[in-house]
Amino acid sequence: MMTEELSKQLRLRRPARLKFDEARQTDLLLLPERVIRLNPTAGAILWLCDGERTVNQIIEELQTKYNQTDLKADVLDFLTQAADRGWVETWK
Amino acid sequence: MEVAIPYALTAELTHRCPLHCAYCSNPVELSRREHELSTQDWMNVWEEAHDLGIVQLHLTGGEPLLRPDAEQLIRRARELGFFVNVITSGVGVTEKRIRQLALAGVDSIQLSVQAPTAELADAIAGSRAHESKQKAAQWIRAAGLPLHMNVVLHRQNIDLVEDIIELCASWGAERLELANTQYYGWAYLNRQHLLPAKAQLAAAEEAYTRAKERFGQQMELIWVIPDYYEEFPKPCMGGWGSISMTVTPDGKVLPCTAASSIRTMKFDSVKEKTLKWIWEESAAFNAYRGQDWMSEPCRSCEHRFRDFGGCRCQAYLLTGDSGQADPVCQRSPHHHMITEFISTMNAEDHAGASAEPGELFPSYAYRGRPVMNGGIAGENI
Ligand code: SF4
Ligand code: SF4
Repeated sequence: MMTEELSKQLRLRRPARLKFDEARQTDLLLLPERVIRLNPTAGAILWLCDGERTVNQIIEELQTKYNQTDLKADVLDFLTQAADRGWVETWK
Repeated sequence: MEVAIPYALTAELTHRCPLHCAYCSNPVELSRREHELSTQDWMNVWEEAHDLGIVQLHLTGGEPLLRPDAEQLIRRARELGFFVNVITSGVGVTEKRIRQLALAGVDSIQLSVQAPTAELADAIAGSRAHESKQKAAQWIRAAGLPLHMNVVLHRQNIDLVEDIIELCASWGAERLELANTQYYGWAYLNRQHLLPAKAQLAAAEEAYTRAKERFGQQMELIWVIPDYYEEFPKPCMGGWGSISMTVTPDGKVLPCTAASSIRTMKFDSVKEKTLKWIWEESAAFNAYRGQDWMSEPCRSCEHRFRDFGGCRCQAYLLTGDSGQADPVCQRSPHHHMITEFISTMNAEDHAGASAEPGELFPSYAYRGRPVMNGGIAGENI
């Protein structure tokens, strides 16, 4: 993984939007043709893709939040998939 | 049985439309302008939908932008936190209108290429229709919205699929849905002119596969085949009454957009009942929930949790009983109705087989008056 990529700022790919859904008590990713029910970790990662935070910062924040030190690979894996599915802007 | 929380609501704001497509999926008896729900009625629907847990609204029609209150409805929907998607033909739309929709907070505008062939041929060759849609496409992007497009494919235009894809790519589409006609409403009446021959379908699918490779991430391509050519039916959404509902211009609430073709069923209206009651309690929504209603062959079939017995509307249109297995299914006792129809459509001497793209059949039944030129009327929206 290039350090350059890790310093990229990440944002959702428009017009995708996140919503915490009161009725279902879960994070949802809203897209024009579908709604994706996110598990808590996926939701936690996507909420941090705000166009400000870099990939590195996202990883650090999640490690602090979940009190772990080895989340990098999992987070990068998820973000790669999220980009492939068009949920976040391409960052590689 | 336990009733799930719905995700989406399709609001047919009006059945009025400047176009007259032979493959229109709107009901054959359209609801009339004087019966349309008022602005306030729709806003009440939004509130009830929000309380019910719905998160996504599709504003469609007819042509939804013929409603001058579309912006107002979008603004209220966004205040309530909905994701708002507008599906428009783009015909008659102005730059100002698109900007107003964006200001009101619309999340996404889907531009449909109504392509009765004459218009499509025009579109590719360059004409007023072409310009009107192309401009709409430009304005959507200029308003900062991604351009999503969809085109309905049928016997008369499917051979042009490669050109359609090119056209949409050149307009900057990020997503293009190539949907073969599904046979409800007007499309069912016209199906003998609409269903492509097997060879046409195969060629089009190849073109789609090539394009998918070529455009990759730049433009997402979606291919929806006509289910008459499938061995098993397509799933009825996530099951009848489990994901979404449709509200018609006059307030009737349907389990799906095509459901009004089921004449034997009574649909309740938001004018008389709450959305919550209709979703949870009404006979129509409960009729085909779960698996208990099924008879054979579905009842004991291993696919029943995946396709839910197929399409209720199609079962009704073909067999007169919406509780039957979808005749598209090989295991349906009515499957011969599909195979026989398909074989006439693939016979050498079928009129359609030799038709040039661009040729319109005079025997099409259109909603509204018959229009032979693709129907570009100049109503400003
Ligand atoms: S009944 Fe048919 S048309 Fe209606 S949602 Fe199910 S599959 Fe679609
Ligand atoms: S028998 Fe019924 S459940 Fe089984 S595949 Fe056919 S339609 Fe689906």
